[in-house]
Amino acid sequence: MSYMIARNLSVGYEGQEVLANINFEVNKGEYLCIVGENGSGKSTLMRTILGLQPAISGEVMFMDGLKKNEVGYLPQQTMIQRDFPASVEEIVRSGFQGQMGWRPFYSKEQKQKALENMERMHIVNLAKRCYRELSGGQQQRVLLARALCASQKVLLLDEPVSGLDPNVTADMYDLIASLNRDGITIIMISHDIGATIRYATHILHVDNRHTFFGTKEEYLKSPEGFIAAHEQELECEGGRK
Amino acid sequence: MNWMEKLSFYFQFPLVRYALIVGVLIALCSSLLGVTLVLKRFSFIGDGLSHVAFGAMAIAAILNIANQTLLILPVTIICAILLLRTGQNAKIKGDAAIAMLSVGALAFGYLVLNVFPTSANVSGDVCSTLFGSMSILTIRKEEVWICIILSILVIAFFVLFYHRIFDVTFDESFARSAGTKVDWYNLLIAVIIAVIIVLAMNLVGSLLISALIIFPALSAMRIFKSFRAVTICSAVISVICALLGMLVSILTGTPVGSTIVAVDVLAFLICYIIGIVGGRG
Repeated sequence: MSYMIARNLSVGYEGQEVLANINFEVNKGEYLCIVGENGSGKSTLMRTILGLQPAISGEVMFMDGLKKNEVGYLPQQTMIQRDFPASVEEIVRSGFQGQMGWRPFYSKEQKQKALENMERMHIVNLAKRCYRELSGGQQQRVLLARALCASQKVLLLDEPVSGLDPNVTADMYDLIASLNRDGITIIMISHDIGATIRYATHILHVDNRHTFFGTKEEYLKSPEGFIAAHEQELECEGGRK
Repeated sequence: MNWMEKLSFYFQFPLVRYALIVGVLIALCSSLLGVTLVLKRFSFIGDGLSHVAFGAMAIAAILNIANQTLLILPVTIICAILLLRTGQNAKIKGDAAIAMLSVGALAFGYLVLNVFPTSANVSGDVCSTLFGSMSILTIRKEEVWICIILSILVIAFFVLFYHRIFDVTFDESFARSAGTKVDWYNLLIAVIIAVIIVLAMNLVGSLLISALIIFPALSAMRIFKSFRAVTICSAVISVICALLGMLVSILTGTPVGSTIVAVDVLAFLICYIIGIVGGRG
């Protein structure tokens, strides 16, 4: 059974179409990477999937008992967060907000679960620290732990490694891969084709002209995949010189 | 008479005790949402609304309404809602809208008070509305009751929705994705701000309200690093400053609003220094 199906989806801002005719399907346990150039509308697509903005046409269906608020979202960082006084613990616990209903405070089980998710992200020792004083990699782990509190089923990650140095990036990818091995479905935006090919099971390549959706193997044989992989290789060679 | 005797002399009057209670409650309420206001870049809305409250007060004065709060409160709440709507749709337009509304209300209020004077001393009335009464003792008994009821409502709201306020302040996108009704909470926050402004107008006057809201929060943010610690600390700072300010004002006869704000500024400087020293240590 699929968790999510998008049919003829068009997304954009204020009636202005950025991406059109997107079709894809995500099944339980899969690892979908959304790739495409900067400014191609990947984040807009993700926001539309989450229901943060309306689709211009088409639809995204949540299936197999997956509810709209049962997805864990890791957004890109905002300006507000840079000077926000909040402890790691407070932020991780806020992941439960969708499950609170009218209860004003967190339950004991929720606090315990928050602790477990912090353990999973190796940030228990940071629990009382101030978020804005952490390194970029630590901050992303905090937000990932928060997303885990929101959902154990599907995580939507918007460029989780942007701005991180190579070692931290590799750690972050390993962490996400381990979550995927535990059965959590991952949908991730990335412009790092190398990592995409290594970890993803499925790939959605978006572009203002046409889109590609298929398994990783199909992608590598497709023209989009070939060009993207080739460009990445050139970039790597350029980096070595 | 030394100052202890002077204080105990004043405390014999019930009016002084009421005034202190009201002052403390207002200070407590206004500090609670300060952190959210500062972080959400809503401080300018607070400033704009206080001018609107002044305009509403002017109209209430010429209409000779006995209980002015009953008119000022709804007008300010409606403007808060309007400002929030425009502010969210387009940033620059929102700024301009607030400037227009606040300066317009200020000018209109002053104009109305001069064209239809209700007392012989218009400039004295205007001055006390803008900068607070010369003495807190002018607060009337029914105002005390309104103050107490509204304060309890504000505090109850804040405690019950404390975590939701944190959620929508820290990360709106995540909150929306988790199904939290962000727009609804923003609206609620704006309404509460309006209530606080109307409340605080009695104490410090409409021009100085923003200070009462943002200074304690900014002070606490210099020292503490978690949302809860900052919130508690800003409430404590605000209450202490208000008490000190009121006592000084009683003893020395200075205007109560500006005295409280002066103490708040002083507290901010102290916290700023503690923050720098503590940060290095």
